[in-house]
Amino acid sequence: MNIELILFIILATIAAVTSILVITRSNAVISAVFLVLNFFALAGLYLLLNAQFISVVQIIVYAGAIMVLFLFVIMLLRTDGEPRIFSDKRYIKYFALLISIFVFIQVSYLLLIGSPSKSVTGNQSASINSGTIETIGKELYTNYIIPFEVAGFLLLAATIGAIILAKKKFE
Amino acid sequence: MPFSNQEYLHLLPFIIIGVGIVFSVVIELITKKSREILPWFSILLFFSTALYSIYTIHNKYILFNGMIQVGGKAAIFNFIFNFAALLITMSSIGYLKKYGSNFGEYYILIQSAVLGMMVMAGSKDILMIFLGLELMSICFYVLAGLNRKKHSANEASLKYFLLGAFATGFVVYGIALIYGVTATTKIDILIQNFSAQSSNIIFVTGLILFIIGFSFKIAAFPFHMWVPDVYQGSATTVTGIMSTAGKAAAFSVLIITLTAVYTVNSPNIFSPYFAAIATLSMLFGSIVALTQDNLKRMLAYSSISHAGYMAIGLTASNSYSISGIIFYLAAYTFMNIGAFSIISIIEGENDSRTNIQNITGLNASKPMLAAFMSLFMFALAGIPPLAGFFGKYYVFIGAIKSGFTWLAIIGVFSSVISVYFYLRVVVFMYFKNPTEDINTDTSTFSYSAVIISGAMVLLLGLMPDLLLNLILSVVNW
Repeated sequence: MNIELILFIILATIAAVTSILVITRSNAVISAVFLVLNFFALAGLYLLLNAQFISVVQIIVYAGAIMVLFLFVIMLLRTDGEPRIFSDKRYIKYFALLISIFVFIQVSYLLLIGSPSKSVTGNQSASINSGTIETIGKELYTNYIIPFEVAGFLLLAATIGAIILAKKKFE
Repeated sequence: MPFSNQEYLHLLPFIIIGVGIVFSVVIELITKKSREILPWFSILLFFSTALYSIYTIHNKYILFNGMIQVGGKAAIFNFIFNFAALLITMSSIGYLKKYGSNFGEYYILIQSAVLGMMVMAGSKDILMIFLGLELMSICFYVLAGLNRKKHSANEASLKYFLLGAFATGFVVYGIALIYGVTATTKIDILIQNFSAQSSNIIFVTGLILFIIGFSFKIAAFPFHMWVPDVYQGSATTVTGIMSTAGKAAAFSVLIITLTAVYTVNSPNIFSPYFAAIATLSMLFGSIVALTQDNLKRMLAYSSISHAGYMAIGLTASNSYSISGIIFYLAAYTFMNIGAFSIISIIEGENDSRTNIQNITGLNASKPMLAAFMSLFMFALAGIPPLAGFFGKYYVFIGAIKSGFTWLAIIGVFSSVISVYFYLRVVVFMYFKNPTEDINTDTSTFSYSAVIISGAMVLLLGLMPDLLLNLILSVVNW
């Protein structure tokens, strides 16, 4: 059993357990903290896949910036008086459970029956370089220049939209 | 890899709109008069892009390392999107003052949405489809809730956002599975390997999820539940562009990804799916629209049934029916934008006067509006010789050629049902006495939009070959 497999099992267990904890805790702050833990585990998984840049970005952007924002919003909004929809309507709970099991069976069936492509698991030495910031930058500015620009316009439109919806003054 | 100057030149339609967006943001920033300048700037942008696209329709290129294509089908779609945005901008000038959210940003968002649609129609890579889809959808979510003081607008925006995000989730999941199997996002490579992969269950599941996501966007039957509320709650002009250009963009993606597949000696494995959603959408849309009194809601249900007619073309998926879909989308764009422009003229403040009772006896006070409204209603019902008739005709002929005669019969049957609620509008306008006087103080630009749409509906109806030959000459590329 090599070290990669051991690390994968540890990180995957942490990711799975924390994501279950996120949706089962009743206190929103604790849920958010477990979500941070989940992001760290995911970052470790990315590192195992030779995606160093994405792994760092995952920690800086998601676990750092976005989750801090989340926590501030949760603390500023009072969440005590939230109605508990699932305890009111039991049939929704069972329905949701049924759908989750159905989707889980479907996905496991797909992954067990279908054959993943062979080209995805390429040779190791080439893929170590593919996750570095140089390679990603070079790809973004050459082969993927058009998607990169479109993503820029997407963010511009989203920024304008958020400002209109939140701050625009009406006369 | 450096790209040649030639490639940037061919990308001109995208560059015009993209640079225009940046300029519009600057104009909005530096001058208080932006709301007077930006509509005209947008009209200039849309007009030049539409003209350039149709002018370079036979210059077909795949640019930037197989990311995007210009010319051919993409050029026709660019023409439809830009023409629709142009008409909507014209009718927005007067309407937005009445609606209470006369912002310069409105026009920037319309431009961004058009850029997203153009990216979708021109994409040769699944990544581009996703980015274009998100660019268009995010602009529409914001545009739907532009006036945050209105409950109806808030409801429309939130519903559209949640269900749209849900649909996008399907698309992304589908893309992930497709990429997981084939390790590529290039559509051309996917098409080449389609026959080999079509027995792989992960690949087919990915494609099904992808198609389901876009079935949301075209507003076909089992995925239609957002349509009536969103179309009714949004600003009328926004509904106008959402229901026409937005639908055309989603259809362009389905046409690019699917019909190319079927031509490579492989059977149309998705035709049962499209046959089912076509049948259900046509019948559901037509039957539910019978009981609607609100004009915008009625047109929303009619939009569902029109999505059904167009899905017939995807079921048949021969080159004739695909040309039929594109023609139908062009015709539908002009008919629907005309109808929504007229509603935006009649509409009063606070969403009042959008019911069918409010246009009772419109002929007495506004004979021109009544005449154009009847024209659009006849066209939507598919009465010859108007544009809507030929749209349906070509799609049905395509279906019969592929052996889907029963589907064409259901289509004709559903059209017959739909005549009732379209003609009901005409009856209210002409054969009833006015109950209230309708004072409309909308600018002349709205009337120009109505007149241009009406002219296009008549032109496409009287000389359909004009557009159809153009489409047929590019459809197999």
